Amino acid sequence: MSTPARKSRKVTAMTTMTPASAAPVDPADSTADWSAVCPLDVLPVEHGRAALLPDGSAVALFRLHTGEVYAVGNLDPFSGAPVICHGIVGDRDGVPVVTGPLGKEVFELATGRCLDDETARLPVHDVRLTGRVIEVSARRNTVETLVG
Amino acid sequence: MTIPQHSEAPRKLVVVGHGMVGHRLVEALDSRDAERQWEVTVLAEEGRPAYDRVALSSCFDGADESALRLPEHDPERIDLRLGDPVRALDREADAVLTASGERVRYDALVLATGSRPFVPPLPGSTAPGCLVYRTLDDIDAIRTAAEESTTGRGVVVGGGLLGLEAANALRLLGLTTHVVEMAPHLMAVQLDEGGGALLGRMVGELDVALHTGTGTKQVVTDPETGAATGVELTDGTFLETDLVVFAAGVRPRDELAREAGLQVGERGGVVVDETCRSVTDPHVWAVGEVACVEGRTLGLVAPGYAMAETVADRLLGGEARFPGADTATQLKLLGVGVASFGDAHATTPGALEVVLNDPVAATYGKLVVSDDAKTLLGGILVGDTSGYPLLRPLVGSALPADPSALLAPQSEGGGATGAGVAGLPDAAQICSCHAVTKGELTEAITGQGCADVPALKSCTKAGTGCGSCVPALKQLLEAAGVEQSTALCEHFDHARAELFEIVAATGITTFSQLVAEHGRGRGCDVCKPAVAAILASRDSGTHILDGERGGLQDTNDRHLANMQRNGTYSVVPRVPGGEITPARLIVLGEVARDFGLYTKITGGQRIDLLGARLEELPAIWRRLTDAGFESGHAYGKAVRTVKSCVGSTWCRYGVQDSVGLAIELELRYRGLRAPHKLKAGVSGCARECAEARSKDFGIIATEQGWNLYVGGNGGFTPRHAELLASDLDHDTLVRTIDRFLMFYIRTADRLQRTAAWLENLEGGLDHLRAVIMDDSLGICAELDAAMERHVADYRDEWRGVLEDPEKLARFTSFVNAPGTPDPAISFAVEREQPVPVPGPVSLGMPEVPAAEGARAR
Repeated sequence: MSTPARKSRKVTAMTTMTPASAAPVDPADSTADWSAVCPLDVLPVEHGRAALLPDGSAVALFRLHTGEVYAVGNLDPFSGAPVICHGIVGDRDGVPVVTGPLGKEVFELATGRCLDDETARLPVHDVRLTGRVIEVSARRNTVETLVG
Repeated sequence: MTIPQHSEAPRKLVVVGHGMVGHRLVEALDSRDAERQWEVTVLAEEGRPAYDRVALSSCFDGADESALRLPEHDPERIDLRLGDPVRALDREADAVLTASGERVRYDALVLATGSRPFVPPLPGSTAPGCLVYRTLDDIDAIRTAAEESTTGRGVVVGGGLLGLEAANALRLLGLTTHVVEMAPHLMAVQLDEGGGALLGRMVGELDVALHTGTGTKQVVTDPETGAATGVELTDGTFLETDLVVFAAGVRPRDELAREAGLQVGERGGVVVDETCRSVTDPHVWAVGEVACVEGRTLGLVAPGYAMAETVADRLLGGEARFPGADTATQLKLLGVGVASFGDAHATTPGALEVVLNDPVAATYGKLVVSDDAKTLLGGILVGDTSGYPLLRPLVGSALPADPSALLAPQSEGGGATGAGVAGLPDAAQICSCHAVTKGELTEAITGQGCADVPALKSCTKAGTGCGSCVPALKQLLEAAGVEQSTALCEHFDHARAELFEIVAATGITTFSQLVAEHGRGRGCDVCKPAVAAILASRDSGTHILDGERGGLQDTNDRHLANMQRNGTYSVVPRVPGGEITPARLIVLGEVARDFGLYTKITGGQRIDLLGARLEELPAIWRRLTDAGFESGHAYGKAVRTVKSCVGSTWCRYGVQDSVGLAIELELRYRGLRAPHKLKAGVSGCARECAEARSKDFGIIATEQGWNLYVGGNGGFTPRHAELLASDLDHDTLVRTIDRFLMFYIRTADRLQRTAAWLENLEGGLDHLRAVIMDDSLGICAELDAAMERHVADYRDEWRGVLEDPEKLARFTSFVNAPGTPDPAISFAVEREQPVPVPGPVSLGMPEVPAAEGARAR
């Protein structure tokens, strides 16, 4: 896989979506706390895995066939169970999604938005590759920060 | 008299008789009488509540009595008194007297007493051994007589509808069966000579001996015992028999009415007007076979139902009128489809008959048309009756196509060529069981948004009776522009069965290639597991977690365990047939104890260990595989269990080794991936302790072998499995199940259990039988080979994981902390066992958004 993984989510994209939250966010994001979680190659394509972050929370990591890597919160907001990483990855109208394995609710990987319930959302984490190692941002863009 | 509306106190309705029509009347009235205008008392002669008399012969074909029972009335509202027949009417006092001496007053009285079998007054016709065919008690008597028969032969007098039903019963009881019919051919009322001849030929092929054009002279009796020993026919033939069933017509049970001075018809029956009200007494009504309407009585249930509906409406102040007798019939007699409708005998002056008689294909069709050949008047179909639902509503209407085209063999889709239901007038009745017109159905589709057949069924009741109009319902949906899409999802335009054929034809073995060449996008939670299952069904040798297949698997398959509400898993090892040694049972207990697992016995005779964390699964399974356990596939759309009773080995009643067979079948089919889960059962005798008839395939032992039932279901929509074949020997049984499973896997829709599959299968059980037992499609060799491949290639999936480090790596909690238990999972304790913390786990973390909304779902 030579295509470099790119950030799953750009801060600019977020500010476009929710201007209200733009002010407190530094677009340069230089203070983000990055954690190296695993080499890219141990992540199977379109088969999620969970990774533990230093604060004890977990993200679900997904590597797509295009090479993109996404990280979203691993807790299923509907059941409260840490299972999002076990969801099936696919697309809705070409947009990458994961389906919650317990209730089959569909979430957009890039935004965390739930397509079945607009009040639910997965937190999303920025992802970058350093060498062949996946690094995940500790910053979680929660509903609270998005909607103020 | 007019029926007063909304009187203060409820009025008393007394219904005499609780047959099918009486039952329908009560149901119809009760469902509409929202203001409780009527207090209903039903006085019935039989000790049983109403049952489906039309399906009586199914009692000999595996059905039990409970399957015939009609829906129960609400006992709070309907006072149903069984076994207390009315003995007299006191019309002066508006009251009836019952056998138990009770006097019940009425404001309205409905006679629904039906009719009695007519036994011709021949010498010996009332001798012991002479029976009739009408009630469940009659059925019991026939069964007993057949068991005690020394001649092994039964004679049915009467070759009409009832006679052939009775003949089928005798045949199923194992007797050599003879039918005696005075008319030159069978079913003389409904069929013409050509149709009757074909029916006779087909019935003859079932080893039923026919004696047509001859009467019965006498029943010969034993001078000592007085019991029947034979039947002498008017043509001189003597048939030695100790069982004679008279099915030579019925007579209305109008004696109550006669004695009470109500007017009765020339040939019996309470004379009623077009509202089914007695012409003598406005407080008295009559429905069903006891009513004489338009100068005659009617022996069919459909007009009886129409009368019941009419009276129910009138009692509630409605304006309904009996729509006139529709004597159209469609039924299966001894497996032969027969339909007759409208002016079947071409009695209309100038009527023309167009006949298509194909003795090779064993079909006979006749349409009766007006002298200008423009209007359909009636018709007869024998053999292939698939055109009936479309032709019958056309009676009285202009023909949409040339008559011979309408009779031509059916097109693939099942609709008569050119006779689209769309061309029917709105008033045409599509469902004759529930009197639903095309207009009402169209309104349900366009006005109430019914988008599929199940919606139409629940909205209008159409198709819930005999089901023969279901193809017409589909056509109406199509005609209304409701897209009956069979596309799996947005990524594939194909139905599951089509994808199966594509995979079979192309040999494609990966989802990526299939979606690239035959679909679009990257798939989703619908198509990925469906394709994964298709690939697995075709290739049991490849592990379901191999390569990219792991990512296709749904929640449970993905980790070969069932994910529970808190993200932990349950472990269910296979316990074939439910038989387990104490040593293995102890291993299960030890594993559960050592890993702190909640333990429960399942409904499928095995043991469920719940609460395992993902990273514990390999260690648990290493212990289990070392002790000889294998995956139980409780997580898969696959064969689950074959439940069994202890069978002849231990049970005093068992006639076959049900445990041995259950183990053999469970091991044979273990790991077989299917469109949905598959459950099975084997009972060692007719007591059915293994509840095999609630399974996808169920086997019940007989003295001679095994009866095979298919398409049963517990769960959301319970359904009894239907008898596919009787008294099979072991090898035939296994081969038939092999083919049943493989045919299901090949043709069913995604997540369609065998019950729904069978219900939707064109041609139903008969078609299934033809395909897998008579090889009508010529695919049995393929089905057999597919099952042989599966049996040869099966490997335990859990062993496959334990032997493969790459797969094992996925059974870890975190990619960067493989052994760390997920801190988001915690347990409470209930009755000394660990259980998930109730409700959505509240972790106090900000990233669980909108928990309130989530809970509200």
